[in-house]
Amino acid sequence: MTFTAAELMTVNAARLLRDGDTVFVGVGLPNLACNLARRTHAPGLVMIYEAGVIGARPARLPLSIGDPTLVSGANAVCSMYDIFSLYLQRGNVDVGFLGGAQIDRFGNINATVIGDYGRPKTRLPGSGGSMEIAAWANRCYIITPHQKRRFPEKVDFRTSAGFLGGRAERAASGVRGGGPQAVVTNLGILEPDETGELVLTALHPGISVDQARENTGWALRSHGTIRITEPPTAEELRILHEELDPQGIHLK
Amino acid sequence: MTKLCSLSEAINQFVQDGDTVYAAGFTHLIPFAAGHEIIRQGRKNLVLARATPDLIYDQMVAAGCAKKVIFSYIGNPGVGSLRIIREELEAGRLEWEEYSHYGMISRLQAGASGLPFFPMKPTAAGDLERSNPQYRRVIDPYSGQEVVTVPALNPEVAIVHVQRADAAGNAHIWGIIGEQKEAAFAAKHVILTAEEIVDEEIIRSDPNRTLIPEFIVDAVCHVPYCAHPSYTQGYYDRDNAFYLDWDKVTESREAVQAWLDEWVFGVKDRAAYWEKLGAETHDRLKVAPLMSTPVNYGAY
Repeated sequence: MTFTAAELMTVNAARLLRDGDTVFVGVGLPNLACNLARRTHAPGLVMIYEAGVIGARPARLPLSIGDPTLVSGANAVCSMYDIFSLYLQRGNVDVGFLGGAQIDRFGNINATVIGDYGRPKTRLPGSGGSMEIAAWANRCYIITPHQKRRFPEKVDFRTSAGFLGGRAERAASGVRGGGPQAVVTNLGILEPDETGELVLTALHPGISVDQARENTGWALRSHGTIRITEPPTAEELRILHEELDPQGIHLK
Repeated sequence: MTKLCSLSEAINQFVQDGDTVYAAGFTHLIPFAAGHEIIRQGRKNLVLARATPDLIYDQMVAAGCAKKVIFSYIGNPGVGSLRIIREELEAGRLEWEEYSHYGMISRLQAGASGLPFFPMKPTAAGDLERSNPQYRRVIDPYSGQEVVTVPALNPEVAIVHVQRADAAGNAHIWGIIGEQKEAAFAAKHVILTAEEIVDEEIIRSDPNRTLIPEFIVDAVCHVPYCAHPSYTQGYYDRDNAFYLDWDKVTESREAVQAWLDEWVFGVKDRAAYWEKLGAETHDRLKVAPLMSTPVNYGAY
């Protein structure tokens, strides 16, 4: 059986969440991953959205970060200032999901610009909440397709901090969060080694190490035995396709 | 004292060329009708500040109202790129000043609190801080640690859409409350647009829901459906199809001009715009009620 890139990324990201985690959720695949986790192994997952919604129970697929379905039935709604200060800066967020146009060898993310900042070749949307999420959430996960142009040795612009130039540099910066814990791609999973460099730790069934290397912009190393991820289960796929994204907006 | 007036009168009186404008609302309650009225009145050289410029500022930039944008995320939420603003930035035709959401909101928080700046913990990322000289660092006099600061933002005018307000400008807001309160307190003038104008007694029946008090409000405008294609919690849904369509419209400047001609210049006001959207759209955006349980304030 073959799986789509979106299915592989969503299911494997969901499995990284722990029951009881407080998660800063984004729209798209992170939203699907969190809702999938809550319906399977993590019923106590608390979903926080940067629009200021805490404990959301979306009855339909939210199509934007401020969808009204996030509010109806939620535990609480607060201002944007409160969500970023009382919740994130104060240290009340366990997990943040991040994405971006570029992710480099040390997990730093560019969501701002390709080329020079002052004379942008390609202007991207910018930080939004990601600069603070990357710094202050206890753990961060990145979901992204595995392509060479998305994985440069060094990002053009460091919108959000991974391990900067290495774990020691992040530690010296004093930011409270633990930084990126895993990058989930359509080929496998990268995790930081003891220096903070992203190395290949898992491959999805049928994917080779060479495929992962060919699609990475730095000399991708592997660490120990490379795990093969469990294929998405029938139940996970049923929840994704029947309950969470019946119209196939993100899973197409 | 009643401050009721038409949106056209309010924009005419309180939005001048060159002003810094904050049209509030994070995805929710975005006052599109006010943006369209500003376009119709031909305002120029505005500094448009919003965490997420959204389609409202893409349209105002397309119409030539802006010389600068201040923002923290310039995407079409849930769709992709905000093409007009992006092209103008890439072509060097539009000035910009950029923050993260927290930096942007902290600027308003400082402005709303009467403080000169606001401190935040460092994020270590560094590049945005280096690229925007408005980000500074100061030493916390208590711990000796560095904190990152942003200056107060005090727009000339904030435009805030709400579910209901009384004629004096006391406003109830529920659902995502974004930066509505902070934008209103930070601004020198506040234009309130409301789905419903209600009796003062309704406001006084639930004072915890009042985010904006009358004495900071300059104008109160009754503008049902003001927020379309964004939404008003409990009143109508977000028009996601419109957000997708805008992505196609903005593939060509001719199509954008045609859109502005038809939907902004071609209608007198929001009532005409809503009527023109038609029954199919009205039905599609209807929302079933879900009432909260009333609370007991007590008769003391």
